[in-house]
Amino acid sequence: MSATSPPTSTVTSRSRSLTPNKRLVLGLAVCLLAAGVFMLANLSGNLGFVLELRGRKLAAMVLVGWSTGVATVAFQTVTNNRLLTPSIMGLDALYVFIQSILVLVLGIALVGQVGAYPMFFLNVGLMLLAASALTSVLFGKRSRSVYVVVLAGLVLGSVLRALSSLIARVLDPSSFMVLQDNLFASFTAVNPQLIWLCAVIVALASGYLWSMRATLDVLTLGRDAAVSLGVPYQRTMRRVLLVATLLVCVSTALVGPITFLGLIVAAIAYQVSGTGRHTVTMPMAGLLGVAVLVGGQAILEQILGQATVLSVVIEFIGGIAFIWLVIRKASS
Amino acid sequence: MILVSGVTKRYGKTAVVDDVSLQLPRGGVTAIVGANGAGKSTLLSMIARLLDSDAGSITVGDLDVATCDSRELARRLAILRQTNDLQSRLTVADLVGFGRFPHSGGRHTATDRAAIEQAISWMNLHDLRDRFLDEMSGGQRQRAFVAMVLAQDTEYLLLDEPLNNLDVAHAHAMLTTLRRAADELNKTVVIVVHDINYASCWADQIVAMKNGVIRAVGSPREIMRRPLLKDVFELDIEVVELRGHRIAHFYLPVPICANCNSANEACCLNRGVSEPVPLTLRPQVAS
Amino acid sequence: MSAHAPSVAPAATDKPAGRPLSRGWFGGLAVLLVLAIVSVFTGVSDLSPVDFLTGTATDRQWLHLLASRVPRTVAVLLAGASLALSGLLMQLLVRNRFVEPGTVGTSESAGVGILIAVMVFPTAPLVVKMVIAIVTALIGTALFLRLVRSLPPKAPVVAVPLIGIMLAGVIAAGTTFVAYRFDLMQTIGIWMQGDFSGVLRGRYEMLWLLAGMGLLLWLFADRFTLASLGQDHARALGLSYKATLNLGLALVATSSAITLVVVGGIGFVGLVVPNLITLWRGDNLRRNIGWTALAGSGFVLVCDLMSRTLNAPYEVPVGTVSGVLGGIVFLGLLLTGRMRTQ
Repeated sequence: MSATSPPTSTVTSRSRSLTPNKRLVLGLAVCLLAAGVFMLANLSGNLGFVLELRGRKLAAMVLVGWSTGVATVAFQTVTNNRLLTPSIMGLDALYVFIQSILVLVLGIALVGQVGAYPMFFLNVGLMLLAASALTSVLFGKRSRSVYVVVLAGLVLGSVLRALSSLIARVLDPSSFMVLQDNLFASFTAVNPQLIWLCAVIVALASGYLWSMRATLDVLTLGRDAAVSLGVPYQRTMRRVLLVATLLVCVSTALVGPITFLGLIVAAIAYQVSGTGRHTVTMPMAGLLGVAVLVGGQAILEQILGQATVLSVVIEFIGGIAFIWLVIRKASS
Repeated sequence: MILVSGVTKRYGKTAVVDDVSLQLPRGGVTAIVGANGAGKSTLLSMIARLLDSDAGSITVGDLDVATCDSRELARRLAILRQTNDLQSRLTVADLVGFGRFPHSGGRHTATDRAAIEQAISWMNLHDLRDRFLDEMSGGQRQRAFVAMVLAQDTEYLLLDEPLNNLDVAHAHAMLTTLRRAADELNKTVVIVVHDINYASCWADQIVAMKNGVIRAVGSPREIMRRPLLKDVFELDIEVVELRGHRIAHFYLPVPICANCNSANEACCLNRGVSEPVPLTLRPQVAS
Repeated sequence: MSAHAPSVAPAATDKPAGRPLSRGWFGGLAVLLVLAIVSVFTGVSDLSPVDFLTGTATDRQWLHLLASRVPRTVAVLLAGASLALSGLLMQLLVRNRFVEPGTVGTSESAGVGILIAVMVFPTAPLVVKMVIAIVTALIGTALFLRLVRSLPPKAPVVAVPLIGIMLAGVIAAGTTFVAYRFDLMQTIGIWMQGDFSGVLRGRYEMLWLLAGMGLLLWLFADRFTLASLGQDHARALGLSYKATLNLGLALVATSSAITLVVVGGIGFVGLVVPNLITLWRGDNLRRNIGWTALAGSGFVLVCDLMSRTLNAPYEVPVGTVSGVLGGIVFLGLLLTGRMRTQ
């Protein structure tokens, strides 16, 4: 026993060299730095105008990065699957699909009249319905392997994207242009109308997930152990999945689909948090989401002058991270 | 008392557990034995509401497992399945702390902290309390999980094949712990084991299952009989007595001595023959 | 021998299923031909079979028929058969039901070749672009195999297509990034999108190479079946495993690069068609070649008909239609457990 205890204590002291709280503070500092660079780099022209424009973008990216990170960690815990994220399951493609269906069915004129808020609520309502149907298929009675669920999600996402583009083709070209301008957000065309509403939703959803942190911790032990410890498994899973869906709606509405952001930041968060507890991993993933989005955009837009390619870069890095995760998981 | 009445579990058309009724009184160690696929683990999982039953009812004390509050049941009954693979990095102390979830929901009180400390010292995990589970050996991790269910502080403790993947020394230590939990902490321990001899030597009561039904319930002395084992395991096993415990000699290739052609106490092996006696194949294996 | 046995021996007892080209198959071929005729006479400008049969068709109508409609239908048939056969062969060689050139990065790698060709040799003829695309498709396929080899032997079956899909995504993202920097997004988009509307006489003939590829597949069918038993078995039966594997994957990469260059990407054909055929007729390459080719042609033909009629007079890219139809069929197979994942 005495032979093994010295290395034990060194391992402990090394991994405890930074307390989880200090790590979170470090994450926050990185976010602030990224935000500073994003706001202040290459300032020229009408200062007030530029700062306001950047500020709006920054707010959207903070909301999207935070909610993607937090939602992904909670989602991965309840599905017990670290290869799956709400986006990989096809939820953001589902949001775009519902948006397209709405425009197709209601007509572009009506959509224009109704305005952004009612459309958003309608979209979110349909999304919650569709997502709960989807999750009951994927995580219902029949138990499926982690990999099958991921594959099904990826294929579902590609089918939904194809359907959306089919609908876009069927719309007449002028309506399509209007649709694209009004409803399909992207990094360069952040949807400014919805920022405040989304901020409220993100705050409420984060609060709910925070209140669930102890239960989420128990769920990392797997279904059987969690049930044995008295966690109402089905109910918790349903609720967390709905909250995650809601957060996907928010981020897709603000900046459009970014498939791999959640996967990347959650994977890094587990590595750097120094603990598996959700008190740390959830906010850490949120902060990393902000840091990746804001920092990435600052570098690409202000330094390299390549504004719209951040989602492409994230897709590139995310794909590599995913392959690495699959190989590592299969080898363990 | 755990009361199982008329419980059935089907997968498709085959009933894995078929109309089983069983009473498990408070206290002591009960071992459920049987061949692979006899329905042991399924029965245990249904008692712990990890699986829904298709028919029948199960009560733990005054709680109906199917309808009661899950957390309420978690304060009465704990189950440990074979060590599940962990998703996240947790320390031993984190894990043992989870055992208090049914009591305090995550915010530990002084009572919780005392229970955690007690469980840790019971399982001799002081030196390991800040180690991460994924950096520990299988045996150490198993101990940590047992500490977690001990911290849960329940009357009933159900363990599904707790001896799997343990070498003899660790298996022995595990059984000692469970025995002490029953004797010193007054817990009702129910385990599923593969090796009937562990059941015979350590349990107070044995439940023998076959093809989804219970074949026999009784003390080790009542269960460890050659005809009964032959019925349950479909293998003719010689049973001998060693220091008051009955041992089934399924390690021998044959129970029939080629020298004297006998398979019981009358065999020449029991009369001081020192050289190895040639053994013939079992009749049913040979055919 | 064992590979020969199923294809030869059962033929005596089990005639309709035993032979590659059975009576049922010719029935299927007849249905396909009817579909093809429907396809020839479907489109914006008004062509009626009656005019051609009664000899009242104008020169203009003849030109339209021979220069546009017939080439298009032929291209659809060739591309469909080739996509399905490529999928079948790749599934056999990788020993995994979930792979096809579109899910392992072969098509996307061919896209890299097109990007290079467009950037470096913008004026080069189609053949040159095709050769470059074939080379990059080969490299991409090799990269995929390299990644799959780093999986442990016991890794779950579904991990392989997951890696493939991600590799495809990574390659596509890289292509997009470069194309964006050099303002080639639209050009690449047009190349990569499966679409038969650009098929005209003089612009599709290279697809006939695919027929040659199909013939090669036919000739080497038994070797590929042997190789699909795995390295050890194949070696024990006296087959040069590496060479066969390389030949097969070269066939796949070449076919999919040709298809991509001429008509663009058409997803799920190579995944769904061979799996449906295998579910129906069991595993034997030679026995399934005929049906797989037929069903592949039929599937793409139906997709193409839909792409022309859904939003007439405009066309929807056939790749989008097959992405929806094929994807839904595949999801059905996956989630109902028809495709074994263990």
